[in-house]
Formats: sequence, C-alpha cells, structure tokens
Amino acid sequence: MNLESVKTLYVAEMSRSLRTVLQSIISPVISTSLYFVVFGAAIGTRISEVAGVSYGAFIVPGLIMLMLLTQSVSNASFGIFFPRFSGSIYEILSAPVSYFEVVLGFVGAAATKSVILGLIVLGTASLFVPFSIAHPLVMLLFLVLTALTFSLLGFIIGIWADGFEKLQLVPLLVITPLTFLGGTFYSIDMLPPFWQAVTLANPVVYLVSGFRWSFYGMGDVSIWASLGVIGLFLASSLAVVSWIFRSGYRLKP
Amino acid sequence: MNEHNVIRVEALSKTYDSGFQALKDIDLDIRHGEIFALLGPNGAGKTTLISVICGLVNASSGRVRVAGHDNVVDYRQARRLIGLVPQELTSEAFSTVWDTVSFSRGLFGKPKDPAHIERVLTSLSLWDKRRNRLITLSGGMKRRVLIAKALAHEPEILFLDEPTAGVDVELRRDMWEVVRGLRERGVTIILTTHYIEEAEEMADRIGVIRAGELVLVEEKRELMRKLGRKQLTLQLREPLERLPDSLDASRLTLADDGQALIYTYDARTNGDDDPSGIAELLAELDAAGIHFKDLHTRQSSLEEIFVNLVREAP
Ligand SMILES: Nc1ncnc2c1ncn2[C@@H]1O[C@H](COP(=O)(O)OP(=O)(O)OP(=O)(O)O)[C@@H](O)[C@H]1O
Ligand SMILES: [Mg+2]
Repeated sequence: MNLESVKTLYVAEMSRSLRTVLQSIISPVISTSLYFVVFGAAIGTRISEVAGVSYGAFIVPGLIMLMLLTQSVSNASFGIFFPRFSGSIYEILSAPVSYFEVVLGFVGAAATKSVILGLIVLGTASLFVPFSIAHPLVMLLFLVLTALTFSLLGFIIGIWADGFEKLQLVPLLVITPLTFLGGTFYSIDMLPPFWQAVTLANPVVYLVSGFRWSFYGMGDVSIWASLGVIGLFLASSLAVVSWIFRSGYRLKP
Repeated sequence: MNEHNVIRVEALSKTYDSGFQALKDIDLDIRHGEIFALLGPNGAGKTTLISVICGLVNASSGRVRVAGHDNVVDYRQARRLIGLVPQELTSEAFSTVWDTVSFSRGLFGKPKDPAHIERVLTSLSLWDKRRNRLITLSGGMKRRVLIAKALAHEPEILFLDEPTAGVDVELRRDMWEVVRGLRERGVTIILTTHYIEEAEEMADRIGVIRAGELVLVEEKRELMRKLGRKQLTLQLREPLERLPDSLDASRLTLADDGQALIYTYDARTNGDDDPSGIAELLAELDAAGIHFKDLHTRQSSLEEIFVNLVREAP
C-alpha cells in the first residue's frame, strides 16, 4: 500500500473543498434549515406526533440522509469528473498507484466531507427541535456507511458522465426522487397498502428507516434489513468500481 | 535485464476502439542516459506510443519493459521511474504552482522535500510564481509547470511530448538547459518534436514514425553524415553517352539524358587544399575535354531525408 500517494490524493481533495467552503458547507446548512422552518415549524405544528415523536424530530434523520446522499454523490462525482474533464487525470493514471488507492483517496475524501456535513446538519437541527439519539454508535455507523456507499456511487457517475448534463442527470432524476419518496417526510405506514409495497422497492427507504431507528429505536423496516441493503449497495458499488478500473472504462482508450 | 536499454518496446500494436490502428508492431529500445527524439508528422502515433509506455493507453498487443519491469504487471516499479510532460496543457486551474508541483511528488509516493521542489521551480524560472494560481499563468508558464510536475518525483526517465510547441525562444533555451542538466545526471530523455533542428541540436538518436510504423531509428551522427552530403550538378554543353574511363565513376553519375553530371561529395571531409575534390574534378573534366555551361551545388538536408521518409507511400 502506497500510503503517501493515498494521503496526497486525500489531502488534495479535501483542500479542494476548503477552497469552496462556502458552497460546500454553508449551502447544505441553509437548505436544511429551510426544510426545518417549512416542514418542522410551519407544517409540523399542525401534524400530531408520528410514531411517538414530534413531527419536527421525526424528520431529522430523514433530512440528514437526504443531505448525505445528495452531497456524497455530487462531491465524489465532481471530484473525479474534473480531472477527467481538464485532462489533468493523466498524472494520476501514470502514477505508481493502484486503483484501490485512487478510490481510497477520492472516495475517502468525499465521504469524510459528507460525514462532517451530516454532523453539522445534525447540530443545526438541534437548534430547531429537541431530539435524542438512542443508539449513537449505530447512528455513526449508518452515517459512515451511507456516505461511503454514495460517494462510491458518485465516483462511478463521475467516470461515466461525459458532460456536465449527465453529471447532474442521475442526482436529479434518480437520487432526489428516491430520497423524497424514501420516507424522509413521512412514515410509510401513512401510505395505502399498495404504495407501501411499492415503496419497499426503494433502497433509500431502508437507509432512512435504519437511520431513524438509531435515533428513536423504531423504523419502517427492521434494522437488519436496513443494514443488509446498505451492505449490498456498498458491495455492488465496489464491484462496479473495480470493473471500471480493470477494464479502463472511460479512463484508458 | 539489459543494462543499456532502459526501455524495451516489443512488437507493440495499438488499435483504438474506433478500429483505427495507431501503432503497428513497434520494436524500440531506448538506451540508458540518451536523449531520443521521436519525429513524425501529425497523427503518426507519437503520443500514442508515449501513452502506452506511461500507462495512459492500453496496448492491443506487445509489451513494454521499463528498466526490466513489465509496465502492466509491475506497473508500480515501472511508473515510479517515469516522468511525463503531456502534449496538451492541462491543469487544476485553481491550485497554486507550489501546491500542484508538491502534489505530483506526493502522488508518486515520495516523501515531502521542499528543497527539491524549490530547485525544480528555480531551474524553470518559476520560483517567483510559486504562489500564483495556475489559471493566472500564460501558456508558456503552464508548460513550465507541467515540466516541474514531471520532475517533482526525481524520475530517471523523462518523456517530453512536444515540449516546445507554442513556446518562445527564451523558454526553449531554458528548457534545453534543464534537459542537458538532467542528461548529465544520467536521466534518459525521450522527446517528440516537429522541429528537425531541435532534434538535430539535442538528440543522441532519432526515430522517425510514420502512420504508426517506426521507419527509422539512427544515431544522429549517422544522419548528420547523410546531412553533410552535398551534390554538385554540372550542366554539360554536349550530352555524354557514358562516363569517360578516366573519371572516378563511384562519385559521378550522369543524369538528364546525359546532359548533366552529378558529383556527390562530403562537405565535412577534412582535406587540406581541396577537401571536396572539386578542383581536382574540374581539372580532370578539362583534361577529358568535357565542358559545362552552368553549375550549382545543393545540400541534402535531414529535413529532406525526413520528408522523403514520411511521404513514402506505406
Ligand atoms: N482515443 C483515440 N481514439 C481513436 N483514435 C485515436 C485516439 N487517440 C488518437 N487517435 C488517433 O491515432 C492516431 C495517432 O495519434 P497520436 O496522437 O498518437 O499522433 P501524434 O503523432 O502524437 O500526432 P501529433 O503530432 O499531432 O501530436 C491519430 O490518427 C489519432 O486520430
Ligand atoms: Mg502528439
């Protein structure tokens, strides 16, 4: 393992985010705050408790997940897309680093950033609503696994995309709808039985549910199902990434 | 491993996904410590060849060894030795000169060494610009940065893909200064260029690539010997059917239906009074009763050799 190289890639990626710290940190914080103002404070006061907690507290885990998914995907996809776009990726491809080390540097940095953002949003949320965390370690585990998995997904998108449109297509057309329909703002018990069944095909439901379980000890599906889905997701993302590097897809003609 | 051949390219072919064959069965040995110039017209395959050696493009068949290491199997050992300055100007627009050059060193797994980075930047007249963002630099300055990046990890082999394209005279001089310094330290240098004078000035050996085929690899001195060859053409008053026996047929040919006599000689021969042998020839012609109405001389240049090689139908 070439630790010096991994560290270099990681630090370079992290400092790239620092250069755009405003966009990286302020904007997710602001948008999350807006969600709380609109859903938590304005609408939430008219909704009674959901599954035993106040509506404001109920949406906290979902909102963090929403932010975590979108930020992980966009950070990681931009991170690898830019060097491809500018051509400066030649240096990484000609360096004595393994593919695993490249992924570790890029995805590690993107995931770190997402986890930090997740914690910042958590802190922001606590200013708006009181809530408690029943299983802090499980909460952290979910935070890290989700950030890692979706950063990998973002990395894949950043390699697949051959233009800025495609780079934004997947987050816009897939990630955002799945998250909004993933039980961020509601418990799937509230849906008619047919839509409950359909919703169970949405992987984000398992993430939000598991994450919510770590806060309040209850979720739409069992915690094991949640862990299983995130594990499956992680494994398949890893498989795709390793195929990309072995075949040189979009990286080496 | 052959100590003298730091790079061995064997039966290398590359066909791009488009179906275009950019390299055809290339065999090439680069010797340790030499400056090798790769010449060829646009689209000949120079960049493709370099890219395969450096690991940016997958070969379709054949193999490359760098200091004995297969560049696919032992890519780490092979790539550690190589620095690459690409043809296209590419950069992380927003980072500074210092950061991007230090990044290159770290990426290649070398521990931090600010003194080395400083030396590299100074040798390329970049020291004053170290805090500038790349986006604020001119094209020539960006090219220097790319060279600095390639040298940041102290490579033993340096590839320069058209280093002087779009570069002013001063930078060109700077650059050759750096290249000579590297060579003195035993760094092997492979450069591509369209400028023949450049190859002439810098290279130890010259390779010419045309339509994916390596058509010539030769010592520069050998080529210069060909370059040094001159021709004297005499327009005769009376056409000759054959050369008189009194003349040296090995250096004379009849052309133009016997109307012209061509004398080939080496302009560099170090004779005393008559190095070219022209005076002697003229005396002999006079003695043989051959008279001429006009004469001219011309030099067959490397450029000419090159153009002929490149134009030849495949
Ligand atoms: N990714 C690619 N896909 C398909 N064809 C390619 C690709 N890259 C290069 N080629 C083709 O391969 C041939 C050789 O290209 P290459 O860049 O190696 O030439 P070159 O000798 O470096 O030319 P130049 O002097 O213009 O830099 C060209 O015809 C080019 O169009
Ligand atoms: Mg080229």
